[in-house]
Amino acid sequence: QKVSVEVLDHLEHLALVDFRDSEGVERLQKAIQFADQLHEVNTDGVEPMDLVLEDRCLYLREDDVTEGNCTKELLENAREKVEEYFVAPPGNIPLPKLEERETFLQGS
Amino acid sequence: QVSVALKEGRVTPTELCQRCLALIKSTKFLNAYITVAEETALKQAEESEGRYKRGQPLGILDGIPVAVKDNFNTAGIETTCASNMLKGYISPYNATVVQKLLDQGAVLLGKTNLDEFAMGSGSTDGVFGPVRNPWSYTKQYKEKSVPKFHSEDQESNWVITGGSSGGSAAAVSSFTCFAALGSDTGGSTRNPAAHCGVVGLKPTYGLISRHGLIPLVNSMDVPGILTRCVDDAAVLLGALAGHDPKDSTTIQDDFKPFELPDLTDVSKLSIGIPKEYHAPGLSSEILALWSKAADLFKNAGAKVVEVSLPHTRYSIVCYHVLCTAEVASNMARFDGLEYGHRSDVKDSTESMYAATRREGFNDVVRGRILSGNYFLLKQNYEKYFVKAQKVRRLIANDFVKVFRSGVDILLTPTTLSDAAPYTEFIQEDNRTRSAQDDILTQAANMAGLPAITVPTALSERGLPVGLQFIGRSFQEKQLLTVAKWFEKQVQFPVIQLEEVKRHDSAVFQHQKSASFS
Repeated sequence: QKVSVEVLDHLEHLALVDFRDSEGVERLQKAIQFADQLHEVNTDGVEPMDLVLEDRCLYLREDDVTEGNCTKELLENAREKVEEYFVAPPGNIPLPKLEERETFLQGS
Repeated sequence: QVSVALKEGRVTPTELCQRCLALIKSTKFLNAYITVAEETALKQAEESEGRYKRGQPLGILDGIPVAVKDNFNTAGIETTCASNMLKGYISPYNATVVQKLLDQGAVLLGKTNLDEFAMGSGSTDGVFGPVRNPWSYTKQYKEKSVPKFHSEDQESNWVITGGSSGGSAAAVSSFTCFAALGSDTGGSTRNPAAHCGVVGLKPTYGLISRHGLIPLVNSMDVPGILTRCVDDAAVLLGALAGHDPKDSTTIQDDFKPFELPDLTDVSKLSIGIPKEYHAPGLSSEILALWSKAADLFKNAGAKVVEVSLPHTRYSIVCYHVLCTAEVASNMARFDGLEYGHRSDVKDSTESMYAATRREGFNDVVRGRILSGNYFLLKQNYEKYFVKAQKVRRLIANDFVKVFRSGVDILLTPTTLSDAAPYTEFIQEDNRTRSAQDDILTQAANMAGLPAITVPTALSERGLPVGLQFIGRSFQEKQLLTVAKWFEKQVQFPVIQLEEVKRHDSAVFQHQKSASFS
C-alpha cells in the first residue's frame, strides 16, 4: 500500500526534514517494502533486544561534579548568541500547514 | 618495525611526520583526507622527538603518524562528518580514543574522508567527494584491468574504497599513516579494509569507548581499527580498549593489553563455516578463496565444520529498521542552534530547524531520518521497530548457539566481490548498495561480536580481497591470534603504487614493509 499524504506530511513535521521530490517519497516506499520482509520471521515468544550488553548492570557513580565550566568553548560553535545565551527565533509558532508551506507534497 | 627504528634513532619522529605529510600531498588525488593538521602534527612529532632523545618514549605508539576518521571529535581541528551540517565545526574536545592515542604520543596527521555521517558503503556520498582506492593506481591493477582502457580513460577507471571509513582505509593502504581509526556500525571498517587490502578490526561492542564518536546507531557503533598487519591492530587495541567513565556502554571489566603469540599448532582450533554466508551475489572468485582458506585450516590440523546461522538473511532488513530508527533520533540534535550550520530563516524555531536540516543534510541522511521516523510512528512501532528488535535477538542467539557447540572462530568472506569501479557503483542508490554490501559484515554488529578482516589475495582484476573472522564476545586475543596465523600463511602482496613511486622512492623504500610493532 502506498503511504498517504497525511502520513507523509506528518513525517515532515516530526522529522523537520522534507522529502524534496518524488524520489524522496519513492525512497520511503522502497524502504517500507524492504522492511516488510521482517514479517516472514516467526518471533512468537521472543523478547525484543535493546542492547547486546543487556546481561550486565548499569552502574551509578557518586553525584559529584567533576567537570564543567566550559561555557566559552561551548558557545564558540554557535552562530547566534547573546551574552551566554543561544539565540533562537520565536518558538511558539508551529510549522505552516501543508497548504501553506513550501513542500513537494503540496502537489500530491 | 618503525617503532624500533624510532627507538634506535635510525629515523626521527619529525622526519617520519614530514615524509608522511609529503606523501599525503602527492596522493591528494585519492581524496582520502578532509583535513590535514600539518602544524599540530609537526609539533607533536617534535615533542615525541624530545622524548626519544631523553630515552623516555611513552610507548610503542610514540611518534607514530595516525589518521582519524572525520566523525571523531578532535579538539581544535574541524570535524565535519563529510556533511554541510558540520562544516566549520571545530570540536571543543577530543574523543576518548583520540585522547588515548595522543596520550601515547601518536602524531595525528589529519581527518579522513567518509560517507556523509558514516552512512554508506562506498565512501562516495560525502560532501567532499568520493575517495579513490589506492589500488586503482597500482601496477597490479593496471596490468590486469581490461586492456581497452587507454591511459586517457585511466581517470574514469578508478575503483571505490568501500565504506564508510574509506578515507582511513585509503590512508593506511597508501602508506600515508601507520594506523587509522574508523567506525563500524554495519561493516564500515571491515568493508573498506577488505577493498583496500588492509587489516580492519571491529572490536566487541562495549570494549572501546564511543565518547566523542558522533553517533549513528548507539547500540551498534564501535570505533574500528585499520592497520597494515594484525600485530599493529593488537597494539592499537591495547592502547584504546578499556572502561571509560564517560561512556556508560563500556564494560567495567579490566582490560589487559596483550601481545599476540605466534601460533604454530592449530589442531585444537574449531573453525565454523556458516553456510548462509554463501550469499546470492557472492563472486565465484571469493567463494573459491573462502574454500581455499577453509582447506588451509583443515590441512594444518584444525577442525573445520559447516554451521548454520539461520536468520542471516534477515539481518540486513533488521539492521535497516533499527539503524534508520536510531538515526532519526540521533540526527535530531542537528538544529543549527548550538553548533554547525544554521539557516537564515528567522520566522520561527521550527521553520529555522527545518530549513537548516534541509540545507545541511544530503539525500541519504534525509532518507534515513524519514524512514526511521516512519518506523517509529505509533501505528508502526510494534510492527516494525519492536519486531526488528525481536529478530535481533534471534540473530544474536544464532551466534550463541554456534559458539556453544564448540566452534571457536567463524570464517566468512568480507565482501561479495572486489572493489567496483566508481562509475558502476553509482548506478544504484545508497540504500540498495548498502543493503547489498553490508550483508556479510552486518550480523557481527547486531550481535556485538568482534570481527576482523585480513587481506587474503588479489582478485583476477588485481584488486585486494579480504576474508573475515568472527570471534566470541571479548575474546579479541583469540580472534587476533588466529588472524595473525592466517595472515602469515597467505602472504598478501605489498601494494605497488605507480605514480607515487616515481617521486618518493626514498620514502617508499623505507615504508614499504613497515609496520610499527
